[in-house]
Amino acid sequence: MTIALETTATPKRRWRIAKLPGTLVLGGVILPASLVIAFFPNLFAPYDPTVFDYNALLAPPSAAHLMGTDSFGRDVLSRVLYAYTIDLQIAVFATLGPFILGTILGALVGYAGGFAEALLGRVVDAIITFPFLVLVIAIVAVLGPGLMNMYIAVGVVGWVFYARLVAAEVKVQKRLDYADAGRAMGYTHFRIIFRHLLPNSITPAIVYLMTDMALAILLGSSLGYLGLGAQPPAAEWGVQIADGKNYMTTAWWISVFPGIAIVVTGLGFSLLGDGLAELLRTKK
Amino acid sequence: MMNTMASQVLISAEEVFKEFPLPQNALRRLAGKPLLAVHALNGVSFQLNRGETLGIVGESGCGKSTLARCLVRLLDCDEGRVRFEGQDIADLHGAARRGFNRRVQMIFQDPYSSLNPRMRVREILGEALSVHKMRPRAEIPARIAELLDLVRLPSDAADRFPHEFSGGQRQRIGIARALAVEPDVLVADELVSALDVSVQAQVVNLLLQLQEQLRLTVVFVAHDLRLVRHISHRVAVMYLGKIVEIGPTEELFSAPRHPYTKALLDAAPELDPARRTRVVAARGELPSPINPPAGCLFNTRCPHAFERCFAERPLLTDRGPTHQAACHLHEFGLAAIPQIQDVEFAP
Repeated sequence: MTIALETTATPKRRWRIAKLPGTLVLGGVILPASLVIAFFPNLFAPYDPTVFDYNALLAPPSAAHLMGTDSFGRDVLSRVLYAYTIDLQIAVFATLGPFILGTILGALVGYAGGFAEALLGRVVDAIITFPFLVLVIAIVAVLGPGLMNMYIAVGVVGWVFYARLVAAEVKVQKRLDYADAGRAMGYTHFRIIFRHLLPNSITPAIVYLMTDMALAILLGSSLGYLGLGAQPPAAEWGVQIADGKNYMTTAWWISVFPGIAIVVTGLGFSLLGDGLAELLRTKK
Repeated sequence: MMNTMASQVLISAEEVFKEFPLPQNALRRLAGKPLLAVHALNGVSFQLNRGETLGIVGESGCGKSTLARCLVRLLDCDEGRVRFEGQDIADLHGAARRGFNRRVQMIFQDPYSSLNPRMRVREILGEALSVHKMRPRAEIPARIAELLDLVRLPSDAADRFPHEFSGGQRQRIGIARALAVEPDVLVADELVSALDVSVQAQVVNLLLQLQEQLRLTVVFVAHDLRLVRHISHRVAVMYLGKIVEIGPTEELFSAPRHPYTKALLDAAPELDPARRTRVVAARGELPSPINPPAGCLFNTRCPHAFERCFAERPLLTDRGPTHQAACHLHEFGLAAIPQIQDVEFAP
């Protein structure tokens, strides 16, 4: 009788797909696919998204128009695909700025502690007292509608969440001996914060970034729906849903397909975030 | 063995005080009572010669680690000063401070938190080497291999992360990191207390060898008396943030001149049943460092305490050429000394 012994050789660094978290794999499929569509919508869209076809107004899904047409005879499928460009752009631009700003500020504040920390706490309190959407709408209302102003509005509010996450994590990390070892080595504060503490503190912020991108798409769509974000005739899911709201009972396809696109893309980001959280957990 | 070395003071502490404020109670503040604080160090003084190993022992909470951190300036002392080559280290800034950091290194107690988990060993050592410009960039990989060899780790360790090593191996990485910058003084804070006994000897013997090889001056903070006896030239016994006795290792262990030292030695488990004793050398618990007793700090537990001990705090006074104790009973422990009084000490 032979018993197959598992050889305990040096641990291999090769990653096997099977070992990766399932959520990461699924998210890792949805998002790159979304990105490809966002960069090259013309390769997939059968029609120009802004061309009116007066012979096919409000046409139901068919072989010619897989997702039907809207009240101007524009192909819904093409508009959904072209909207990827704008909506993923919103996902990235509305979150990356707050992510970078909030992470840097949070790291500095968490390291400094004391007054800076108390101040950040009060600023966070002040900002999260307002409902997020209402505050963003108020800022956009002052600055005027449009994507750029939406990014500014989201940036003003969004950084606090990252700053709070990173500050709390850095505060924990800076008490560990490796931070003291850095100080005893005579390393600069800058090096200790950004080379040592931040890589060990940034995981929650990255995971939140993924969730936040999904939320940003929802927010972008909401503002588009309200007419404060992307402006017609640009193809954007929120704008499309708003276009279809008057035809909900007679031409459901105008609003439902962009809605599905929002859900799938948002899910992709969330799954990727969950998977990353699992993967990036520090090994002890 | 110490006498053969030129006694040249390298690092010294002068009346070092350190306290950590506690969260304050508004009522206390209104009542005008003094602010609460943990008195971690209550006037610590000692001198350390080049090439010497000083063991620092004491119970948990006696300020050993605080003292170690003050020596490498991870903490600034509230009063008193730490001098390195005669210079007050609190006055060092910029390049001078980095130079001091390079020359006085620390090894930490917990091998699991003292290494950055996201850096490979190569990066950990390489960073120390490049920040302090110990070697030209091209020679750094060779120096890393050399350092790993010095602490007896295989050269392929360089490309691994800390979590791939055992506690003893990690502690050796910590030693390699400290040695990377070629320091004069190594402060080892409970170097092996987190390790298995079987691994402890390995790491301690490595430290001893490196000390001889590299002529290091070592401050060895520990609570394991046998370990300290094994490794130190001189020993300082701390109690509630103060040194109560300091002297050559063998002299101090064989004939302690302070009741606390005697209590500490008697409390250590004795293997030989014939030498076991039931005599209680110290009673009660360690008093709170928030409110240390007036007079002699040890008076609450000392079996020999008399009136003067409650009124006046004893100073460290000479018990021999290099032996000092802080006790009003100057004769304490004298009887136990087997005529070593006449030994001549070279200056």
